[in-house]
Amino acid sequence: MAYSFPEEVLEHVFSFLSSDRDRNAVSLVCKSWYDIERWCRRRIFVGNCYAVSPEMVIRRFPELRAVEMKGKPHFADFNLVPEGWGAYAYPWIAAMAEAYPFLEEIKLKRMVVTDDTLELISKSCKNFKLLVLTSCEGFTTDGLASIAANCRHLRELDLRESEVEELSGHWLSHFPDSCTSLVSLNISCLGSEVSFSILERLVARSPNLRTLRLNRAVPLERLANLIRRAPQLVELGTGAYSAEIRSDTFSNLADAFSACKQLKALSGFWDVVPSYLPAMYSVCSGITSLNLSYAAIPSTDLVKLISQCQNLQRLWVMDYIEDSGLDVLAASCKDLQELRVFPSDPFGAEPNVSLTEQGLVSVSEGCPKLESVLYFCRQMSNAALIAIAKNRPNFIRFRLCIIDPQAPDYLTLEPLDAGFGAIVEKCKELRRLSMTGLLTDRVFKYIGSHAKKLEMLSIAFAGDSDLGLHHVLSGCDSLRKLEIRDCPFGDKALLANAAKLETMRSLWMSSCSVSFGACKLLAQKMPRLNVEVIDERGPPDSRPESCSVERVYVYRTVASRQRLDMPDFVWTLDEDSSLRYS
Amino acid sequence: MENSTVEKEYIGDEELELGLGLSLGNASGEKGAAAYGNGGRILTAKDFPNGFACGTKRERAQKSASSSDPAALRQVVGWPPIRSYRMNSLLSQAKASNVAGEDDESSKKKMNHGGHLGFVKVNMDGLPIGRKLDLNAHKTYQTLAKALEEMFFSPSPHSRGGKEQTVKLLDGSSEFVLTYEDKEGDWMLVGDVPWGMFLNTVKRLRIMRTSEANGLAPKSQERNEKQKSKLI
Repeated sequence: MAYSFPEEVLEHVFSFLSSDRDRNAVSLVCKSWYDIERWCRRRIFVGNCYAVSPEMVIRRFPELRAVEMKGKPHFADFNLVPEGWGAYAYPWIAAMAEAYPFLEEIKLKRMVVTDDTLELISKSCKNFKLLVLTSCEGFTTDGLASIAANCRHLRELDLRESEVEELSGHWLSHFPDSCTSLVSLNISCLGSEVSFSILERLVARSPNLRTLRLNRAVPLERLANLIRRAPQLVELGTGAYSAEIRSDTFSNLADAFSACKQLKALSGFWDVVPSYLPAMYSVCSGITSLNLSYAAIPSTDLVKLISQCQNLQRLWVMDYIEDSGLDVLAASCKDLQELRVFPSDPFGAEPNVSLTEQGLVSVSEGCPKLESVLYFCRQMSNAALIAIAKNRPNFIRFRLCIIDPQAPDYLTLEPLDAGFGAIVEKCKELRRLSMTGLLTDRVFKYIGSHAKKLEMLSIAFAGDSDLGLHHVLSGCDSLRKLEIRDCPFGDKALLANAAKLETMRSLWMSSCSVSFGACKLLAQKMPRLNVEVIDERGPPDSRPESCSVERVYVYRTVASRQRLDMPDFVWTLDEDSSLRYS
Repeated sequence: MENSTVEKEYIGDEELELGLGLSLGNASGEKGAAAYGNGGRILTAKDFPNGFACGTKRERAQKSASSSDPAALRQVVGWPPIRSYRMNSLLSQAKASNVAGEDDESSKKKMNHGGHLGFVKVNMDGLPIGRKLDLNAHKTYQTLAKALEEMFFSPSPHSRGGKEQTVKLLDGSSEFVLTYEDKEGDWMLVGDVPWGMFLNTVKRLRIMRTSEANGLAPKSQERNEKQKSKLI
C-alpha cells in the first residue's frame, strides 16, 4: 500500500509529525518509509552526546536543520562530575558544519563549548539562526563576538546559566548595524558590564525582539530606556533592581512598563529595592511566569507583587516568601502550574525564615493545576506528604529537598517512606521525582510498584540495601534516567538488572558500594552499555576487585564504547575486560 | 561472585534473578581468573604504601549529612543540590543587600556562609586540564596543600614498591609553588594571610613552577605596599 503514494505525498504527511517519537515510529514501518523519513527529518534531539557518533547521525539524516544535544550527566550541576570528564561540542560541530551547511539551530546543554567551536558555527552556517547554550562552559566573549559578527540572520542567542570567561564587554558591538533580526537575547549569566549604548541601539533596531534577559550589571536607571525601545517584549529579565529612591526614576520606569502590553514573563530582580516593585503593577495581570528567585526581600513585599498576578502559571521564589506568603499565593493564583522555592541560607544553623512543609501543603490545596514542584525546606512529615498527594494527584514533577538529607518525619521521627509512597501511589502521571529525608528500602518498594510512568529519579543518602535499587530497576517501567549518590546500593541489584540498563538513557552512581569487579562483569555482559568508572584515586586495577569505585556512569550507546576524549580519571572496559583509557 | 549466600539475604518472596552473575561466573571462570589482575596474585599491604580507600566516602558523608552541624554539611560535596551559579549569586547578594531592613551586621550573621561558597579552579603548569577544588572542605593551608598534593602529585602505581614522591607546596622546597589570583586580579603566593581573609579574596589557584614564580614579591612585603597605596 505504501507504494501507491508518491514520495512527495508521504513527505508531506510526515511534515506534520513534529515529535521525535512519532518520527521514529514512522521510520520503523518499512524500508521505504524509513528512507523517506530520514531524508525529510529536519530536527533531532540527542539526549547523550556519547550515545551515538556524529558520523552515524550524519549518515542517517543528511538534511538536518536543527540539532539539540546534552552532554554531562545532571549531577555535574552539583560538582559531582570532575572537571575534564568530557562532553566536548567541537567534534560534533566540526562534523555537522561540514555536512549541514544549512544548519540553522543548535541547542546544547552541559557541554564544553570553545571559542573555536563558536567561530566554526558562525563561519560555516550561513543561515544560522538560533544558539542556546544551557549550563555550558569553555568559551569566552571572543566566541560570542564571532557569533555576533558573522551570523547575519541570527534570531536567538540564549546563554542560560553558562559559564563564560568575560574578556571584554565589547562583544555586543560586533553585531553589525544591518542586523535587525534578533528575536531573543539572554545574557543574564554574564557578570561584567556590557556597553549600554550599544545594547540600546541593538534593542532599538530589533523590531521582532520578544525576549530580552539582561544581566545584573544593567542598572535600574537604564531599564526604562531599554524597555521603551521594545514595547513589544513578551519576556523581560531585569538587571539589578535597585536604585536610589527617586520619584523621576520611578515614574520613568512605571511609564515604560505600562507601554508593554504583551509582557508575560519577568525575571532577573537581583538586589531588589522593594519600593520599585510597584512600577511593574501595570503589567502584572498579564504575567504568567515570574522568577523572583534572586530577590532577597521580605514576604510582605513578595506577596504584594504576587497577589497582583492573578494569571500566574509559574513562580520561582526564595524561601523569604514563608508559609504566610504561600498561603496568599494559594488564594490568589488559581492557575499556578509550577512552583519552585529556593533556600536563601542553605548552610545556616538555624532557619532564617518561617518556611515549612505547611507552605507546600497550602499551595497543593489551593492551586488545582499545580503539577510541577521544586521545594527546599528544613522539615517534612509523612502527614504533610500524604495530604499533598491527596490534594494534587496531578503532579508530573515532584522534587523535594530537605536541607538535612536524612531528616526523619519531624513529628514522629519515622522515615518518610509512607509520605513518598503516597506521592507515587496517588500521582499516577508522575514523570520526575527527587527525594530526600530518612528513607528505607520500603520507599523503593512503593516506587517500584506504583511509579509506572516515572522517567527520572534522583536519590541521595537513602535506602538500606541492594533491595532498594532492585525494586526501582525491576519495577519502574518507564525509567530513563536514574541518578544515585551516597546510597548503600551495590553489585547484586546492578548485575541482576543489567538488561534494564539498556532500556534507559543512563545510570549514575557515586559514593555507593559498586565494586570494580561488578563494573567489569557488567561491561562484559552488556556490550552496548558503556560502563565508565570515574575514580580520582588512580587505576581501579591497582586496588582489589572488591573495592568500591568512587563513581560509575553507565549509558547505552551505539557508538564505539571507547570514546577518545577520556581524561586520566575515567576508565571504560573493553569486552576482554581489559582497562582502556585514551 | 557469590551465589547462594546472596539469595538468602533477600526477604521472603522477593525473587532475585542472579542468573546473570552465575552464568558469567561459570562460563568465563577460567578466563576470568587470568583476566582479573596479574595472574591472580594476592596484593598485600606492601603494594600500597599510602594505604587505599577501599570503602566509600559514603560513610563519612552520611555522618556529616545526618548531623545538623552546618560545618559538617559543607564537607559534603554537592549538598544541598543547588547549582553553583545560584550559590555564587546568593553569596554576592549577601554582601550587597540588606534583608528585611536590618543593618549589615545582622544580615551578615543571617547569611554568613563563613567564607567562600563553591569551587575554585586549580591549574598546574604543564597540565592542560584543570581541576576544581572545594575550598569549604578545608580550614587550614595545610589541608589545602595536602589535598592539592594528592590531586596533582599522587604516586603512580608503578612506584608502589619504592619511594613516595612527596611534594610540599607551601615550604618552597619543591619545583612548584602554590599561587592564587585574588579579587584584584593579582597573583599572590598562598599562605601568608589569615585563612579567612584568603577565602574571601581567592578567585582561583595555580600550581606554578618555582622558576616562574620569582616575579611574585615576597608576600608580606607586597601586602604592606598595597596597604600603603590604599591609605594614600
